[in-house]
Amino acid sequence: MSDTSQGTGGLTFDKTKRSWPSELNVLLALIIIIVIFEALGQILPYMKDQSFLFDSRGRFDSIFNEARLKIIILQVAIIGIIALGVSQVIITAGIDLSSGPLVAATAMIAMSFGQTELVNGYANPKALFGTWAMDLPVFIPIVIGLSFGAFIGAINGTFIAIFRIPPFIATLGMFLICRGIALWWSSGNPISFPTEQYKAIGDGMMPVVWFLSLAVVFHLIMRYTVYGKHTYAIGSNEEAARMSGINVKRHKIMVYMIAAMLAAFAGVVLSSKASTAQAGMGEFYELFAIAMAVIGGISLTGGRGSIIGTVLGAMVLGVIRSGFTYIKLDGSYQLMAMGAIIISAVILDQYRQRKKA
Amino acid sequence: MSEEFVLKTEDLTKHYGGVRALEGANFQLKKGEHVAIMGDNGAGKSTFVRQITGVEQRTRGTVIFDGQEVDFKGPIEARESGIETVFQTLALADHLDVPDNLFLGREKTKWNWLGPFRLLDYKAMRKDTMAALEKTGVKIPNIHNTIEKMSGGQRQCVAIARTASFHSKLTIMDEPTAALGVQETKQVENIIRQLKDQGEPLILVSHNMRQVFDLVDRIVVFRRGQICANLDIKSGDYSGEDVVSYITGAKTGAEYESTS
Repeated sequence: MSDTSQGTGGLTFDKTKRSWPSELNVLLALIIIIVIFEALGQILPYMKDQSFLFDSRGRFDSIFNEARLKIIILQVAIIGIIALGVSQVIITAGIDLSSGPLVAATAMIAMSFGQTELVNGYANPKALFGTWAMDLPVFIPIVIGLSFGAFIGAINGTFIAIFRIPPFIATLGMFLICRGIALWWSSGNPISFPTEQYKAIGDGMMPVVWFLSLAVVFHLIMRYTVYGKHTYAIGSNEEAARMSGINVKRHKIMVYMIAAMLAAFAGVVLSSKASTAQAGMGEFYELFAIAMAVIGGISLTGGRGSIIGTVLGAMVLGVIRSGFTYIKLDGSYQLMAMGAIIISAVILDQYRQRKKA
Repeated sequence: MSEEFVLKTEDLTKHYGGVRALEGANFQLKKGEHVAIMGDNGAGKSTFVRQITGVEQRTRGTVIFDGQEVDFKGPIEARESGIETVFQTLALADHLDVPDNLFLGREKTKWNWLGPFRLLDYKAMRKDTMAALEKTGVKIPNIHNTIEKMSGGQRQCVAIARTASFHSKLTIMDEPTAALGVQETKQVENIIRQLKDQGEPLILVSHNMRQVFDLVDRIVVFRRGQICANLDIKSGDYSGEDVVSYITGAKTGAEYESTS
């Protein structure tokens, strides 16, 4: 059997003729943005011939500016974990706005079971519970955090799949509820001084390790498992999925649960990295997570896109953020540029779809 | 007696609120028989199909399929017991390719202990897809193209190949050629003839008089939610004009007169 063609009814198909994957477009955009910042580093008078990604001062062993590369990915890793879940939700033609506040609520709840009893020999000044909740093994706060996420996701999914509330409204409500839970949990007080084990979850480059390994896992799941196939099928044609015998309601609930559990895990990692949990954490995270997915080529109308795209979308946001700092432009410009890029990504996506049709 | 019939409905009725979409339908389908359902728009054809296939739940009445009284909770139950349906709105996922669509909802899998995360057996599904397309004579240049890139006819052929490639006790097609060109219509009709040769019974919902006379043994006419005629067209007693007058209500089958 030859590699490129097999017969079907006298006609052949050519595996090499598969269409240009949209991930390549995102990769191309990423490279273009990097080149622009590289060029600006040479052109702008106040930059003194610096390099954006390469090691121009001989500070590192490799040719790359390792410090910058690390920062680029570290600052998007935690939101990236959320984006992995949001991507799946968007592929079913849904949306999840509740992830940012869910990060905060989970950070509060998980860390309240991950506190250490003694700080420098004194009782933990931020202790929320009695000594029974102190110095617990680290799996307990993680399990509690993930269970809380699963619970919230199940509620989202139930309202959306069974009571047919539009996902935008259901998760907008949950957005407020979760922010409320985050404030209520400790009456607005921050929760601090976690155990060493808890600190280790998000220490150093750990968020990146979590982000990339979860990305690999969910890439494989979306591509090679029944769960993934049904997720795409529901987003592509929900009626067809239902008529084909897929239990659409159950599947949607599962997707929202997985998305919420990923957001909850992001909350655990974030609170660990910051060594504190505060009710205001994770502001705009839901929007940046959606932005990563959309820039990465996940279509808001459902059925299209991939986890690889989302990872690349996350990298685009990371590079832009880091690039603006690099050319010493203020955060306000960053927000404006990101907004413009999100809109262009959607315009490009729609243009591509229209061309196909 | 029950051996003789594949499908039998008694007093099958569906009301949507106050709307009587289907009223007291008594319908029978013999083994190996091909029957067409005709009628005006809104006459209850599609409603009838939806009650049999479990897409909707009937208001009252009984459905006897394959010798047993059945009460399908959903289309998957109907399919599991052997009813394959090509729906009027094509039940295909646009962003998936041909094997994905052929096996949608009944994927071949490995490592089933992984539950919802069990692995797809892409290789086996591709092989079976090839075989199914070959068997039905459907020509699709590249089965890894997504459905959205295909013509209406190719889509319909995929939908029908899906139905025909799984051995079923009953096949139902709801206006399978409504949107097709001449060539594509021919392909679909060939698949239907193949089913006839294989002795697989079929219910065909169609508006196309020529097609119906070419393909089926019997026509059942619906009007205003009720069956109004049962015409054995193989006898040669009926012409297209007769059927039209039943559809429009100019005539009513003798045995149905009292009900309407």
